[in-house]
Amino acid sequence: MDDRDLAVSRRGVLAAGAASVAVSQVPLSRAGAADSTAKPAQQAVRLSVNGKAHDLTLDTRTTLLDTLREHLQLTGTKKGCDHGQCGACTVLVNGQRINSCLSLAVMHQGDEVTTVEGLGTPDKLHPMQHAFVEHDAYQCGYCTPGQICSAVAVLDEIRKGVPSHVTSDLTGTMQPTNIEMRERMSGNICRCGAYSNIAEAMAQVAEG
Amino acid sequence: MEFNGPSQDAILTDPKVIGKSTRRIDGPLKTTGTAPYAYERHDVVPNQAYGYVLGAGIAKGRITAMNLEDARKAPGVIAIVAATEHEPVGSSDFNHAPLFGGRKIAHYHQAIACVVAETFEEARAAAAMIRTSYEPEDGTYDLAKVAPSAELEKGGWGDARSDRGDFEATFGAAAEKLDQHYTTPDESHAMMEPMATIAAWDGDRLTVWTSNQMINWGKESLASILSIPEDKIRVDSPYIGGGFGGKLFVRADAVMAALAAKAAKRPVKVMLQRPLIFNNTTHRPATIQRVRIGTDKQGRIQAIAHECWSGNITGQDGENATAQTNHMYAGDDRMTASYVTQLDLPEGNAMRAPGEAPGHMGLEVAIDEMAEKLGMDPIEFRILNEPKTMPAHPDRKFSERHLVRCLREGGERFGWSKRQAKPASVSDGRWLVGMGVSAGFRGAPTTKSAARVALDGNGGAKVTTDMTDIGTGSYTIIAQTAAECLGLPLEKVSVVLGDSAFPVSSGSGGQWGAASSTAGVYAACIELHRSIAQKLGIDPQTIRFEDGRVIGAGKTVPLSDLGQLAATGEIDFGDYKKGYDIGTYAGHFCEVGVDRYTGEIRIRRMLAVCDAGRILNPLSARSQVIGAMTMAAGATLMEELAVDKRFGYFVNHDLASYEVPVHADIPHQEVVFLDTPDPYSTPLQAKGVGELGICGPTAAIANAVYNATGIRVREYPITLDKMIDQLPQV
Repeated sequence: MDDRDLAVSRRGVLAAGAASVAVSQVPLSRAGAADSTAKPAQQAVRLSVNGKAHDLTLDTRTTLLDTLREHLQLTGTKKGCDHGQCGACTVLVNGQRINSCLSLAVMHQGDEVTTVEGLGTPDKLHPMQHAFVEHDAYQCGYCTPGQICSAVAVLDEIRKGVPSHVTSDLTGTMQPTNIEMRERMSGNICRCGAYSNIAEAMAQVAEG
Repeated sequence: MEFNGPSQDAILTDPKVIGKSTRRIDGPLKTTGTAPYAYERHDVVPNQAYGYVLGAGIAKGRITAMNLEDARKAPGVIAIVAATEHEPVGSSDFNHAPLFGGRKIAHYHQAIACVVAETFEEARAAAAMIRTSYEPEDGTYDLAKVAPSAELEKGGWGDARSDRGDFEATFGAAAEKLDQHYTTPDESHAMMEPMATIAAWDGDRLTVWTSNQMINWGKESLASILSIPEDKIRVDSPYIGGGFGGKLFVRADAVMAALAAKAAKRPVKVMLQRPLIFNNTTHRPATIQRVRIGTDKQGRIQAIAHECWSGNITGQDGENATAQTNHMYAGDDRMTASYVTQLDLPEGNAMRAPGEAPGHMGLEVAIDEMAEKLGMDPIEFRILNEPKTMPAHPDRKFSERHLVRCLREGGERFGWSKRQAKPASVSDGRWLVGMGVSAGFRGAPTTKSAARVALDGNGGAKVTTDMTDIGTGSYTIIAQTAAECLGLPLEKVSVVLGDSAFPVSSGSGGQWGAASSTAGVYAACIELHRSIAQKLGIDPQTIRFEDGRVIGAGKTVPLSDLGQLAATGEIDFGDYKKGYDIGTYAGHFCEVGVDRYTGEIRIRRMLAVCDAGRILNPLSARSQVIGAMTMAAGATLMEELAVDKRFGYFVNHDLASYEVPVHADIPHQEVVFLDTPDPYSTPLQAKGVGELGICGPTAAIANAVYNATGIRVREYPITLDKMIDQLPQV
């Protein structure tokens, strides 16, 4: 590296930080003391996924997302960023939605996980899946499983009276208004831009 | 089949399936997570290993050393393909930046290694153990600084320069004049599915299960990049998690997976990690635009010029933002020019409506500014200057053009008459409210496309073509086309796409996919009609297909009696189209609220009225347009790849820092399609619509912000920091 990279400045630090995110900028001298040949730690974990129990022994670094996609071959849950920035990996854990990429599988001993495959099948769609088809609430389909899992959880959150940033009345009965749903869905990016249709699909399900 | 004159097929007199709002046939798969995308194809080949790509840590220079020792010893590692141990791969007609190999670094995050291991976690950990040292070189990263030395574009998507009459003289003498600059930043496609590939070798034959918009281009490119014959390559891409131009071309995922699979002697799967995508792959280049308009006192445009400066790693072709200006407004004396300079940033290439998308952000704001100067309503100003033939080439007639209707009908629906011409004069509590309008133009290109249609012997039909569905709805419109032509209900038609083993289609790009690929399916159906007619001894001119039966010459034969008859057909478009300007048009409307204290901008309403030929499936076509309007909202209000002009890369290379619209940003969106089939376009009288939707909503939003506040921001994106010191006094 030339000395430009050694000059300490906020920008320089940012640049180095950004590079290290993509694993490309390790100094030539040994950076850490860790032995590169050490076997990765393995740990047993029992998960219930869509009602079926799985006993797995996993590299402890395995995310819940990769456990689903690579080990259980449940590829309905998508990897869009692997950083908790896009929402494509949203699943329900014990009824609550999470970004499965931000969670290690071994943290979920005994948990009940529901993925998009657990909500419905092509022959027997969940009402939310059906509403998405009816309203064309998707295009490429890659964010769709995450949108659907989030949408199901959002309506449940509203039913249970969990407040959001835009809830105006914290003590009254919470309503699934357009803005209330949109606020809560904002962690699920859809680059094809199906938002307007997703809001309509959700409204249809919310109205029953 | 050559399409060499206006379409008159009787099929179109009373269509039963085409043109009807139709739910996607792939919808149940996509909504249940059972549609398989590239990285998910566990079933196609056993024993897949994981590849992890490493990107260069400098923007320009040379690798002096790569220490791979620790990575090679790391647990689970099967093979490492490293730039220092590999000759540079070949290039292709579709790639500019080097994809892999050798010590030379041409842009930041250029792929320099791929680590293959038994698991993803092991591959990632080992990749982090590779230590690379570089000898950086100075590079050029600042477009504004080098723009003055830019030269006319070479080999881009549109005319580098066009002239008619004497622009300078007429502009100089014009009664009213506007001369303004606008800038648009670098943008990223940011499709939700990262580029991904599974590669497997069987002897010298390579199969890639990948995510690519253009199967045949992909096959040709891989052959050229890897120096193997095309017929040894199979590309398969049935589901694609978004592309927007970013997956038109083979990228490092496919190249690295193929090389890694060879090195590992087993199939390898590679997904480009999200933080790598923004700098490793392509982007829409930034532009600097200058628009000059001269009118007479009544507002008739006499002189118009649009110039654009952009940069690219090639220094040859960039982002030609002048592309629409030759088509849009009258004016006898005119010029456009697109200048390109060399930059050492990652490769710039096509993103949804290349040229025209940012072009409208300049031109259609300039039109708004000129209308205001003249004291005219911006809709009336546009209509006054509607040309009779293509303004830059007056000998070219319009095939169908209903832009005036788009603007008029849009204005009525949107309540345009309530707009106050004086900016910053409408309030709603803390919000300053404004309306904006823009015209929209995008060309309607079509290209050669083939398909095979086969009867299954059970009363159904199957269509196969290498066409792709990138979210556009290809599966469904292709099924609709075959159902219509064969007199079948939609559910009797199955469609298989995206495999290079199938007939070569137009692919998905440039808004040509829907119109071209359905024309190809139509051509195959006409071939099948001929074979059936021959088999049954019916005159092909009188044969009819209704309710699963063939009718003619006094016979009625169920399709199920015909066995497994099949035909391949191809549509080719004749030269006659060159005499016409065939485009798609829109009136875009937007209402925004701007917080009078903070400058926060919220979109309140959006409307697009589109004139885009026969709409094959209004349900999915509407989704194309609202999706493009959403991407337009991003381009106008938030999207910007921030260039680090010292280190030469895009700083905000992930989905948290490269901001795209989310649910909270987008209200209900209205889309209206005019019923305007265009017989000059294709046998089905169809055109594309997916790019029209991003041509203009940008400027409509920008013009609405101005109408709300009286602040004109000409440097996109329009963010509150550019407005807050100019907001009207409270």
